Amino acid sequence: MAAGFKTAEPLEYHRSFLKENCRPDGRELGEFRPTTLNISSVSTADGSALVKIGNTTVICGIKAELTTPPSDAPNRGYIVPNVDLPPLCSSKFRPGPPGEQAQAASQFIADVIESSDLINMEELCIEKSKLCWVLYCDIMCLDYDGNLLDACIIVLLAALKNAQLPEVTINKETDLAEADIQKKQPLKINRLPVGSSFAVFDDSIIIVDPTAEEESLSTALLTVVTDEEDRLCAVHKPGGTSLSGEKLQHCINRAITRNKEISKLVNKVTESMKTAK
Amino acid sequence: MRTMMELHQSCSNLREYGSEQCLLSKPDGSSTFVQGDTSILAGVYGPAEVKVSKEIYDRATVEVLIQPKMGLPGVRERAREQCVRETCEAALLLTLHPRSSVTVVLQVIHDDGSLLSCCLNAACMALMDAGLPMSHLFCSVTCAISKEGQIITDPTALQEKESRALLTFAVDSVERTVLMSSTTGSFSVQELQQCIALSKKASEQIFQFYRESVKRRYSKIK
Repeated sequence: MAAGFKTAEPLEYHRSFLKENCRPDGRELGEFRPTTLNISSVSTADGSALVKIGNTTVICGIKAELTTPPSDAPNRGYIVPNVDLPPLCSSKFRPGPPGEQAQAASQFIADVIESSDLINMEELCIEKSKLCWVLYCDIMCLDYDGNLLDACIIVLLAALKNAQLPEVTINKETDLAEADIQKKQPLKINRLPVGSSFAVFDDSIIIVDPTAEEESLSTALLTVVTDEEDRLCAVHKPGGTSLSGEKLQHCINRAITRNKEISKLVNKVTESMKTAK
Repeated sequence: MRTMMELHQSCSNLREYGSEQCLLSKPDGSSTFVQGDTSILAGVYGPAEVKVSKEIYDRATVEVLIQPKMGLPGVRERAREQCVRETCEAALLLTLHPRSSVTVVLQVIHDDGSLLSCCLNAACMALMDAGLPMSHLFCSVTCAISKEGQIITDPTALQEKESRALLTFAVDSVERTVLMSSTTGSFSVQELQQCIALSKKASEQIFQFYRESVKRRYSKIK
C-alpha cells in the first residue's frame, strides 16, 4: 500500500515523513549516508579511488602524462578533471556526448581544485617552458543515487593522495625526458576540501545528502565546499527557490563538521595503505 | 519597435549599466544588457513546441544556450547555462504552459568581467519583453574579494583576474533573498555574509532600473 502511495503521490509521501522530521530511508534530516572509501583499486592508473555514499558509487582514476606547459603559465603544470555519467549509472542518462549535468559537474570540480589550492601547480612543472606533468582525472559514476558532487570531491581527493609520480629528469645530451619508474614520489596535497550537499524542500525544509528521488522532488540544491581551516571554497547553488541567511549559515556549519569526518576517513585510509606496504 | 537605449549612472559601486528591449524581430522577446564594457544580447522563444524526449507533462521545459564571443560553447558555458536555467525555472510560472518549451539564447558581445551577472540580467529583461508570466524578477551582482581583503562589486575583467575570490549572486525582487550563488576562490564565512549584504544593496538599484525602464517603455504606447 505504501508502494502505491509512493508512486502515485511521491511528494506527499516524502512530506509525510518530513513532518515527523525523518526520511523514507530512516535517516534524520541532518544525517549523511554511510560513506566508504577504497583506494588504489585500479592498478593501471597512477592513482585511483572508489567512494560509496549510500548507493552512489563513484570511481576516479588519475593518469599523469608529460607535456609542454601552456604558454601563458610556463612554470605550471595542470589538472584536467572530467566527470562522466554513463547510461550505466541511471536511466536518466542517455548514451552519447556528455550532458549538461556531467559538464557542469566537471566545471565545478575544476573550480574547486583551483579555489582550494589543492595542489601547488608549480610543483607539477619539471622544467620551465619545456616539460610539465598534466594529470588527467577521470571521474566516473557507476551508480547514481543523488549527491554526485560530494562523492566526486572525496574520490578526487583520495585518488590524488594515493597518486605516485615517477621522478623525471631531462638528459642534457639528448634533451629528452627520462622517467625513473623505480623512484616514485607522492603528490603534495595542501588542502582537504570536502563538499556537503543539501536539498531544499517546499522552500523551507533543508535535508542533507539527498538521494536521487529527493533531488528530483526538491525545489533547490546547494553544495558547500569547506577546507580544513573552515574557509569556504565553493558555495554552489545553481538557482531554484531562495534560501534565507540563517538557513545558509546552518548549512555551512553542517559542512564544517562533515569536513572533519571525511578528513579523518581519508587520512585513515591513506595511513592504512602505508602500513600495508 | 525599438525603445531608446537607457543608460543609468549609478551612484554606488556598480559600473554604468543600461538595457535595450525588443530589438530583434524573430524572437518573442529580446534584450541587451550592458554593464560597463560587458555586453550580452538575449533572445527568448516561448512558449513553443518541445521535442517529445524533452517534454515534461505538467510544466514548460526551459533551455538556455550561451554562445561565447569566440569558439564553440564548452564546459564553462554549460556550467553557466545550468545556473541561468535553474534561476529562470524558479522565476517563471512554468505550470501555465505544460508540454511547451521556453528557450533563452544569450550571445556574449563583449566580456569585461561580471559575465554571469550580465547574462542573468539580460535573461530577465528578455523574459519580461517576451511577456512570459513570472512570479518574481531576478537580478544578479558579482563581488570580487581582492588579495588585501577589499570587496569590489561589479568587477572588471582585470579586477577579476587580480582577485582571490569571485562570488556571483542572483537576488529575487519580492523578498530580496539569494536565489543563485556561484563562487570561485576561497573566502571566510564573514566575507560571504558581507558580499551577500552588498549584493542585496546593489540589487535595489537594478530593480529600480527595471521598473523605470518598463514604465518608460509602456507609457509611450497610447
